[in-house]
Amino acid sequence: MSIFIDQNTRLVVQGITGRDGSFHTRQMMEYGTKVVAGVTPGKGGQTFEGSVPIFNTVEEAVKEAGANTSVIYVPPAFAADAMFEAADAGIEFIVCITEGVPVLDMTRVRPYVLDKGARLLGPNCPGLLSAGKSKVGIIPGHITQPGPVGLVSKSGTLTYEVVYKLKGAGIGTTTCVGIGGDPINGTSFIDCLAAFEADPETKAIVMLGEIGGTDEQEAAAYVKANVTKPVVGFIAGQTAPPGRRMGHAGAIISGSAGTAEEKITAFRENGIGVAQRPLDVVDLIRGVL
Amino acid sequence: MNIHEYQAKELLAAQGIPVPMGEVATTPEQAEEIARRLGGAVVVKAQVHTGGRGKAGGVKLATTPEEARQKAEAILGMDIKGLTVEKVLIAPAEDIASEAYVGIILDRASKAPVWMVSAAGGVDIEEVAATDPEKIVKLPVDPRYGFLPHQAYLLASKLYQDPKQVRAAAKILQQLYTAFIEAGASLAEINPLITTPSGEVKAIDAKFNIDDNELFRKPDVEALRDESSEAPTEVLAREAGLTFIKLDGDVGCVVNGAGLAMATMDLVKYYGGEPANFLDIGGSSNPEKVVNALKIITTDPNVKAILFNIFGGITRTDDVANGIVTATKMIDINVPIVIRLTGTNEEIAVRILAEAGFSAMTDMDEAVQRAVALAKGEAQ
Repeated sequence: MSIFIDQNTRLVVQGITGRDGSFHTRQMMEYGTKVVAGVTPGKGGQTFEGSVPIFNTVEEAVKEAGANTSVIYVPPAFAADAMFEAADAGIEFIVCITEGVPVLDMTRVRPYVLDKGARLLGPNCPGLLSAGKSKVGIIPGHITQPGPVGLVSKSGTLTYEVVYKLKGAGIGTTTCVGIGGDPINGTSFIDCLAAFEADPETKAIVMLGEIGGTDEQEAAAYVKANVTKPVVGFIAGQTAPPGRRMGHAGAIISGSAGTAEEKITAFRENGIGVAQRPLDVVDLIRGVL
Repeated sequence: MNIHEYQAKELLAAQGIPVPMGEVATTPEQAEEIARRLGGAVVVKAQVHTGGRGKAGGVKLATTPEEARQKAEAILGMDIKGLTVEKVLIAPAEDIASEAYVGIILDRASKAPVWMVSAAGGVDIEEVAATDPEKIVKLPVDPRYGFLPHQAYLLASKLYQDPKQVRAAAKILQQLYTAFIEAGASLAEINPLITTPSGEVKAIDAKFNIDDNELFRKPDVEALRDESSEAPTEVLAREAGLTFIKLDGDVGCVVNGAGLAMATMDLVKYYGGEPANFLDIGGSSNPEKVVNALKIITTDPNVKAILFNIFGGITRTDDVANGIVTATKMIDINVPIVIRLTGTNEEIAVRILAEAGFSAMTDMDEAVQRAVALAKGEAQ
């Protein structure tokens, strides 16, 4: 098992002919993801790599190619509308990779997508990968292998670092999910924790957080109340100065809420093992498996 | 992005909010001239991107034009929280009967814009929030439907009893909401919103923070950027498409991805060093980005060693390697460079680096330890 995506995922790529969209579509296909359609307005009728049909709209991709999941690689100016379009077309799971989507746009997109009954991951996220089954987004396929660990993270490359170290120790993953670090996004730590808790193949969970906001603290309280599986955590940004945005729009410490120290304390108080270094995740996971 | 008080007031005035504007001076003579033109008492206010200006002595009352010059002379060039005051706002002094706070913020927890209003204005609202949270009224706005007139009236009625003032404040709140949306702000506040002895409601001070992600579609707002108020290296970094924040340590860090960049800084500290900066070269790194990153880092005289930590995903490590080789030919780098890279095209990257006389490491912890030792002069 895995969460959110698996071998039954039928993917449509919004922005398939763009630079990033085409590169990562090839990577996803190589990994084994069932890419059933692409969408680029005005290029309907063409094919990608001679095999994937391109449509003008997501609605056609759903009707003609049976897409149930979409991944978005369009520039920030068009990202909100791409998410609205996917939701309108009946896509069940929308993954938005685009970085730099205005937060005000997300205040409208998020409730719209939820009202349609769809799940949104991102924006500004690396996507997700269910080891050996499917990957949607930009996570490199070779850095992990099938195994018992579920991983959820706000970061891209830090995720790669940790799963790669786990792989080096012979430990694989069910699904790795990058939820992104934007202030308003679709899927939270808690959504992923609930899904991992329900997934029989996931035996332990890694949660990688960072400074800013209170998502990690809320997730920690959720773990104590609802998660029976062992959870191991790491918080990035212990040396970050207050009041400065550390790359991710959400990674800013303001007031008393959102410091690394506060989050680490919340993890400890709720029974989550805290890794001091990314490397320490490996030993902590080994200890609970 | 931050903007100055005088710019924030211009955004308010553009919506019709009553706000005594004043004018900006960069010299004491200009300050005197403006004060004379305005007539009466004025307030001389430092224009810097930080709060707590009053406490730092950056806001002074002047009753005559000569006094305005003297106060401006004292404030211009002053250092407030590491920022040098380059401009002062000369604003007419107002008679104040009451002070309130009104602000709207994009709230992560509510995932919506949330109003915060308080009849206890004029002071640091975070202090009020900490000591008297019941004095703050909060109201989330559903951005799909906008800020509704009855909500504005409701909030205004929490601030004032006089029906005229309630109506005036409700109008100001709606105008502030429009300014907030049009500017693409993540925060817009008026503090204080005053009443005068004759009963008028006016904005005396304002603050806006702009969501950087909005700037591509808000050229008018982008034009408000004051580069003189930012560190030159941060301006250079932004123009090069990098995120750079200077810190006080001596290990320069070049990393791809914000989370890994923060984790790298933390690891430098863990192994006994101090990071000199946060620097994220982002996803698709072309060699030029690496050249610019090295240019920026080498402007910091504190840097004793430079650490590259690259996990190639979208980032091709051979691009980074080419950038390092190009940069070291273009600029004199007098400190040791430690390179850790792994992932996409790693073999090609290692070969490029080896041909140029660099060795690359694959383990993050080993690379960080080596960079820390080099910065301390404990390794060769």
